[in-house]
Amino acid sequence: MARERTNVLVCAGTGCLASESEKVAKNLELIIKARGYSDEVKVVKTGCFGFCEQGPIVKIDPDNIFYVRVGPKDAKDIVDEHIVKGRKIDRLLFREPDMDEAVDKHEDMSFYKKQLRIALKNCGLINPEDIYEYIALGGYEALGKALTSMTPDAVVKEVKESGLRGRGGGGFPTGVKWEIAKEQDSNVKFMVCNADEGDPGAFMDRSILEGDPHSVVEAMAIGGYAIGADKGLVYIRAEYPLAIARLKNALSQARELGLLGEKIFGSDFSFDIDIKLGAGAFVCGEETALLNSCEGKRGEPNFKPPFPAHKGYWGHPTCVNNVETFANIPAIINRGAKWFSSIGTEKSNGTKVFALAGKVNNVGLVEVPMGITLREIIFDIGGGIPKGKKFKAVQTGGPSGGVITEKDLDTPIDYDSLLAKGSMMGSGGMIVMDEDDNMVNIAKFYLEFTMDEACGKCAPGKIGTKRIYELLNKITSGNATMADLDSIKQLSYMVKDSSLCGLCQTAPNPVISTMKHFWNEYLDFIKDADKTKEEEKSKVKNKAVIDA
Amino acid sequence: MKIKSLDQLKKIREESMGRVNLRHGEAKGDFIEILVGMGTCGISSGARETLNAFVKEIEKEKLENVKVVSVGCIGYCHSEPTVQVNIPGHKPVFYGNITEDKVSSIVKSHIIKGEVVKASTINISHERA
Repeated sequence: MARERTNVLVCAGTGCLASESEKVAKNLELIIKARGYSDEVKVVKTGCFGFCEQGPIVKIDPDNIFYVRVGPKDAKDIVDEHIVKGRKIDRLLFREPDMDEAVDKHEDMSFYKKQLRIALKNCGLINPEDIYEYIALGGYEALGKALTSMTPDAVVKEVKESGLRGRGGGGFPTGVKWEIAKEQDSNVKFMVCNADEGDPGAFMDRSILEGDPHSVVEAMAIGGYAIGADKGLVYIRAEYPLAIARLKNALSQARELGLLGEKIFGSDFSFDIDIKLGAGAFVCGEETALLNSCEGKRGEPNFKPPFPAHKGYWGHPTCVNNVETFANIPAIINRGAKWFSSIGTEKSNGTKVFALAGKVNNVGLVEVPMGITLREIIFDIGGGIPKGKKFKAVQTGGPSGGVITEKDLDTPIDYDSLLAKGSMMGSGGMIVMDEDDNMVNIAKFYLEFTMDEACGKCAPGKIGTKRIYELLNKITSGNATMADLDSIKQLSYMVKDSSLCGLCQTAPNPVISTMKHFWNEYLDFIKDADKTKEEEKSKVKNKAVIDA
Repeated sequence: MKIKSLDQLKKIREESMGRVNLRHGEAKGDFIEILVGMGTCGISSGARETLNAFVKEIEKEKLENVKVVSVGCIGYCHSEPTVQVNIPGHKPVFYGNITEDKVSSIVKSHIIKGEVVKASTINISHERA
């Protein structure tokens, strides 16, 4: 058999699959076979490349040519022109907005130039369903290193010194979390992966599990070793069928090679992972609600303390970390805390994955070093606002965050700077809005979401979010008065201060922040209300005159 | 098979390299490029066999950071198959009439030792706009 000379990488992430990439891959395979090149050319289905706006993506290696918006019908040209004759297909190359010249290599595209990939390093590079490809790129060496040459204390110390903070939104130092769980005196402990990504517009956790599931499996085992847990759980929403399938496949491959199971790497450490499916409730991303749901109870939060690290799954010490947090762990163990902490800002180390969506040219998934500015993300990587419209605001932190406006675009992003600007990092959803978007309607959209998702356990959350939503509805329908604006403000702070868990404590943020930055847009509705009322009054008067 | 030590894992890594060594990861740095002309004239004079011979030879010599890429016709149809070798920091070198049997000497002398196989080079005098 001839040696393979070409790999054709086809994106098989959910986004590209939705635009027929499965068919593209199938056609490529059929035509390659028909032309007699099956021995030399391999089609590889990979995870997400991140450039979802331009999907389906097809990349030819080692040529390093990046084709965009490839349809099933383009497969013939890719084989007959590129593979057989070595000719690039100009019409399938990417063109920067407003530029004529085609760019054939991804590293020359502004979308990729400023990115730094740690958590996403294998996404779009390997076949996520093949453990040997993961191993070929150094996979499971961090676990081997930890088990054979590091004590659990040393692992915790390394993670602590790396400065890694929780990527699910809270930003709590991961090493500290592990240390607390490690210190608990108990024979039974659990390492839990939170894959209940519920923030509308965020899809980094799904993409990591779809594109590089082994990185999470490996990291959970490392975490289990560090804290002294022999059991792991992944809590993942049932709406992520592809991520679940690839994770299941990864688990069984890891078991087959003894990378999960008894006495891993010949050490005394044993570890295995179960999957728990969630029904897709936003509140189950909160760790105590998540654990309740894992136990088969209603997905409602508990009052903290006790924290899960003290009393978690079935009352045992439990450490809950997010998917993206885990995906950083193997690199930290392999390359060291010092390397990791050299990336990013003083208090936020490493990178963050953002899901860029809304009114922006290059919609997709990007991983950037902390400390980059929002302007760089939206205008350099994101390619700016479509149709020459004016930028208005960007919502970070999803329904729990707030808006950031033009004047703050040059702030270096990290956990603390976003909080200081009245928003938050959250899980990394980033929704861009242009001059056509009305901010009161945006706030209403988020409140409708949180009102639906509030679990109903505490009164401020259950009733408060509904009343805020009703008031917003009153405003946008033009029936509100100045007194209503006062009520909504007061109510927002009340819900923020008195709700039980993070969901409703942060639910009023979109209202508070849009009121702060776009007060006039609220007033516009009120003015209209006043005007219509005057008109109505005069109508009544006129009618009275006529009747008389 | 169960992996019972870090050495075993590393051995499996070695054996699996073939699955990914064509991929263009980010940390790989500079590549030596071997471009094989795959125009109709190239293919009819055996360019496909030449290209596959390069891939095989590079694997045999366990060379990293060398990639073999098929390209279109460069217009030297009288000397097909044509091959261009780009070593970062050096001027590109063009070879003509590179049939399968000449591949091994180019890899052994030019790619590994940096010595151009003068007997097979052709002079390319055109400028690229």
